Amino acid sequence: MPGPPRVMLMTDFRCPECGYIFSEEAGDEHEGYPPGTLFRSLPDDYVCPDCSVRGKEDFEPA
Amino acid sequence: MKGYTAALSTGEAIHYIDRKRWFWSLSVFYPLQPFIGIWLHSETGNQAWLLLPLFLGYVAAPILDWILGEDRNNPPDEVVQQLDRDYYYRFLTYAVVPLHFLTLFGAAWWAGTQSLHWWAFLGLAVVAGITSGLGINTGHELGHKKSRFERWLAKIVLAVPVYGHFWIEHNRGHHRDVSTPEDPASARMGESIYRFSRREIPGAFQRAWTIEKERLARRGRSVWNADNQILHSMSLSAAIQLGLLIAFGWKMIPFLAVHNIFAWWQLTSANYVEHYGLLRQKDANGKYERCQPHHSWNSNHIFSNLVLFHLERHSDHHAHPLRRYQSLRNFDDLPTLPYGYFGAYLLSYVPWLWYRVMDRRLLALPHVGGDLDRINIDPRKKQAIQRKYGRHDNAGSTAGHADD
Repeated sequence: MPGPPRVMLMTDFRCPECGYIFSEEAGDEHEGYPPGTLFRSLPDDYVCPDCSVRGKEDFEPA
Repeated sequence: MKGYTAALSTGEAIHYIDRKRWFWSLSVFYPLQPFIGIWLHSETGNQAWLLLPLFLGYVAAPILDWILGEDRNNPPDEVVQQLDRDYYYRFLTYAVVPLHFLTLFGAAWWAGTQSLHWWAFLGLAVVAGITSGLGINTGHELGHKKSRFERWLAKIVLAVPVYGHFWIEHNRGHHRDVSTPEDPASARMGESIYRFSRREIPGAFQRAWTIEKERLARRGRSVWNADNQILHSMSLSAAIQLGLLIAFGWKMIPFLAVHNIFAWWQLTSANYVEHYGLLRQKDANGKYERCQPHHSWNSNHIFSNLVLFHLERHSDHHAHPLRRYQSLRNFDDLPTLPYGYFGAYLLSYVPWLWYRVMDRRLLALPHVGGDLDRINIDPRKKQAIQRKYGRHDNAGSTAGHADD
């Protein structure tokens, strides 16, 4: 018997320097990340597309 | 004069007045200076007047910086939000955009329609190029902002100096890699500006193209696509330069070639002095430390800051790239240039003199402390610099020092 449907919780992540928000739900089409892109799946060398001075490890859940 | 009022955490109210408020319009009018030379030439018939902006930029501006001195004043943090929202300041950065076009068209018209000596013709092209180089500064201020309107204005103004890739390269490449050996736009100790330009100009374009190519690849698109942001600006550049060629004939070929090279040279000059020799350290994971204010050379000279939208408050700019020009701050113990940018440019054009002034200043910085491992050194000059300033041992101290 199939289990209950898995619910994927989408989170927003915020750049602490400039306030840019990466929304997993919306993605960032301009940067080439389609809706539903999980933050953890972004490349390790990902940097904030607005300020470029904060990396993936610096982002905080918004 | 307009002021800003805010409450401190103690409950005390503060009132701040920006005494430089109206003087920021100098950044708008400064790019019009070639017209002064053109007007004086038309009035007197003396073609030497066309070179007047070179005198204004490289003699008068450093003298004014020397006379007027430095401004270390900062807006209080509590009013920065109000200052940033004051539309007047951003309006100035919008207003200067058409003036960059006007200056290029005016100088090209004069060069294309007057019977000039070869030296006056080339001089006017140099003047036009240096002035269009200021357009890169305007594009720099606009390109750092989040609004689509300001980013589009950046792309438009960067078409004047044919540097449409700058917006991508600077924001996504230079700010990420600044003050590391990997950055083609950060000068190394012992690297002359002439050698630096041969690394910086092609390196910056290559990095911008790669960044845009990777972004488009993620979107499943070719780099040769209407969505390529570099091509937006470059297409406008092609239209401008082709239009000038059609309007004023073959004379525009040497004029525009000289104009373009000197416009790029302006940015090269700024990049050269802004991070010379400074180096970010790597952490235990091999990642570069976050860019700190001491990873840029700063200058508080009033005049040259007023004509460059505060570009010389470069330490705060790199630490907080989206901060608007009117809110950039000075900090204590920053790496500090001995002159404003125009004076520093002149110094850099004479490499032995630049090294003489700057190398000791670099070694004496508090976070460097004479340690050559904390300096971004040109690999070609490493041995010579170690011989001159003391070979560094593995224990983290320097044997000998910079004073020989």
